[in-house]
Order: sequence, then C-alpha cells, then structure tokens
Amino acid sequence: MSEIKKIATPLTDEVIKDLKAGDRVLLNGYVYTARDAAHKRMLEEYEKTGKLPFDIKGQVIYYVGPTPPKPGQVIGSAGPTTAYRMDKYTPKLLELGLKGTIGKGWRGHEVKEALKKYKAVYFAAFGGTAALLSKHIKSSEIIAYEDLGPEAIRKLYFEDFPVIVANDMYGGDVFEEGQKIYRKIEIDP
Amino acid sequence: MREIHVDLIIQRVKSMVMDAEYNLPDDFVKAVDTAKAFEESPTGKEILETILQNAQVSSKEQVAYCQDTGYPVFFIEVGQDVHITGGNIKDAINEGVRQATKEGYLRASLAFDPVFERKNTGDNTPALIYFDIVPGDKIKIKFAAKGGGSENQSKQIMLKPADGLEGVKKFVLKTIANAGPNACPPFTVGVGIGGTFDYSAVLAKKALFRPIGERHSDPRIAMLEEELLSLANQLGVGPLGFGGTVTAIDLKIEVAPVHIASLPVAVNIQCHANRHNEIEI
Repeated sequence: MSEIKKIATPLTDEVIKDLKAGDRVLLNGYVYTARDAAHKRMLEEYEKTGKLPFDIKGQVIYYVGPTPPKPGQVIGSAGPTTAYRMDKYTPKLLELGLKGTIGKGWRGHEVKEALKKYKAVYFAAFGGTAALLSKHIKSSEIIAYEDLGPEAIRKLYFEDFPVIVANDMYGGDVFEEGQKIYRKIEIDP
Repeated sequence: MREIHVDLIIQRVKSMVMDAEYNLPDDFVKAVDTAKAFEESPTGKEILETILQNAQVSSKEQVAYCQDTGYPVFFIEVGQDVHITGGNIKDAINEGVRQATKEGYLRASLAFDPVFERKNTGDNTPALIYFDIVPGDKIKIKFAAKGGGSENQSKQIMLKPADGLEGVKKFVLKTIANAGPNACPPFTVGVGIGGTFDYSAVLAKKALFRPIGERHSDPRIAMLEEELLSLANQLGVGPLGFGGTVTAIDLKIEVAPVHIASLPVAVNIQCHANRHNEIEI
C-alpha cells in the first residue's frame, strides 16, 4: 500500500503527473456533483450556448446523487455512483479542462485514452459506503439544475475525502491490476 | 374473513422500508465479518472492514446505508381469507413507500418514463409489487431496496437445452466477472433457472431473500450453489472490484419447470447494500 497523498482542488498538471493507479489520496477543497441527467443537460447546453454551468478548468466532478440531509446534516448519504454511465460525456469535459472524476467501477477505452491525452485522472471512492463518506463533505450548495432533484449540480466542500487513483494519465488501471493478482480461473469474455 | 385496514399496512410498510434502508440484515453483516478471514488482499480486507463500519454508522445514526436507496420491490402473499378495508392494498403499499421516503430522508430514485423526459417521480413510487394469493388469513410482505448499480449488471439469457449445466455455470460466472467493480461486491447472487423468459428473472430476484448460508432443499441444487459460490470467489474480482478472494458472500438458485425447447437463466446481482426484510400482518 502506497503512502497517502493529500491533495487540493483545483488540480494542476503537476499534481496529476504525480498520481499513479493504486495511490491513496485524500481530496480537499471544492468539487462539483453531476450524474446521468446533469451530464446530458450540460453537454446539450454546451452544444447550443458554448457554456457550462460552472468553470470546469482544473475541477473535479463527483458522480453522486445524495440522499436529502436530515436536520443537522450538511448532506445526506453520499457515495459514488457507477462511472461508466458518464463515459459518453467525459472525453468532451476533459477536453474542456476537467481534471478529475470520482465514481466507482471501470471506465471505457475512450475515457482512458482521454485521460492520457488531456492529463487527467479517475478516482474511485468506496462504493456503497455512503454514510461514512458523507462525513468528509463539509458544505453543499445546489448551483444548477435544481429541478433534477438528487441529480442537480451541487458544489461540495471536501475535507480529506478518501479515494484511490483508479485510472491515471499513464494508462494504469487499479481494477485490472488488482484482479489479475487474485484471479485463479479465466472466463472467456 | 379477517379484516385488515389499509392504515395498518401503510404504517407497517413505512417502518419496514426505513428499517431496511438503515439496517443491513444481521445474517449478511455476520457473513461479511466472517469473510474478512478469507480475504487475501489487504485492500479487500480494509474494504470489508469499511463496509462493516458503514453498516454500524447507518444503523446508529438512522441514515441511509447507501445514497442509492433503490427501487422498492415487494413480494406480497395475501391470504385468501383476508379482507382489506379502507382502501386498496396497492395504494397502501405506495403510500407506505411515499411516507418512508419523505420522513426517512431517502433519495427519490425513480423516473416516470424510461426514454423521454425521465422526470423524477419525487417519492420513489410507484413501487414494483408482485402479488400472490395463498391459503390463510395473513399478509406476508417481503421488501427489497434494489440499487441501480447492481441491477444494471444483472443479466438474462435463453440457453439451449443442449447447453445444459455447463452452459448455466459459464453464464453465471461470466455475469459475475463482468459485473465486477461496477456493482459493488461482495455480492449476493440470485440465479433463476427455468420458467419462461420473464419468470427466470423473478426467480433470481426471489432467491435473494433466502437467508445467507441457507442452501436449496434439493441437494443437487444445493451442490451447484456451493460450487458456483466457490468458483465466483476464484474470479479475482474481490471487494469493490479492487481484486481479492471475496467476490460473493452467497449464491442462491431457484428453479422452475421449463418448456422442452428452453433453458432460461437469469442472474440478479445484489451489491453489499443488501437491503431487504419481511413482515407478516
């Protein structure tokens, strides 16, 4: 297990270059939430207006649709959703300056290639551990698409939010590398 | 005829939904705890420990275990000597879900239509409800909060009878391997074999309700469950797909009679947010 790296958003090329698949990272600072419906709308709007609802340069998008906060909570349970569903939209967002995404599960070939091309990373958070992860979110504010409810775009403030670098800018993949070690039987694809 | 008022059904459904969302079943939590000893990967062990911590926190603080509070799925057995009063049972189930969603701070996770507007229904209704009429004067309600991530990795196939047992095994293992990190392992795997195209999937979902570790009453199926569980844990997927030796906590198979031309097989993947419970009224 590598040592834990503490990094802050927005992310620079220098920070990205130093991240390798498997690295443990504690993320700090502002990130934006978006999942299926918000991605679809963002990219449709961008096609028409050339604008996104927030300045995406150097930013990180967390794929999450939280539960509503109970009284006294900043945000409800807030773990990652499956990332590949956003694959259709991700290369374009990376081209526009997005530097990181947080989700769970595999990314497709095109996203991995775009991570290399635009120097960016995909972080995996521990899926389903939503009650624990929400404790690392210190503020939450809806900044766009409020009508989408849980799928609205929120600006969150992270304090030591734990993630693992899943795909780095060098083509590394933590899931493939990890599973190879423990695979005792092969299944034809 | 025993009379049961819908208000009682609403109340019991509301509390069973909230209970399922906050508290993972004891048998599953114990099985995850036991599995730690069999996990060879340090990251895998750490994830299993984190899962147990998350279960403790969600239970203690009465918050949703996972932000995806799931598609509400019910299997309801209504005794034929029951008379529902004060309204109809479907509305009562949905009202229970609606109240649990609002008062339990659950996420609204359903959209009205699949391909047009996909507008959120706002209250997790309408629930998916399967009814069965049975002898007796009780109502038995089984509930599962089925998360989208693991449901998305579930699969059905119409095999040929000639594909036989080997074909079934291959399909089940391939589905588990492909689900991988996307569906939040360690899984509970429900397998439905036989019936029709649609019924095989219902069987797979029903299988998920059987207690962890309880084998099928037919010894041939019980052996197949154990064999597939053991093979699943050799796929290397591991906790949350980071690699390891605990990919599935349990695997259960349900079977049904089948057309002489067919061999339907369905695999329903359940993530570690294994939220289900049952009540009797």
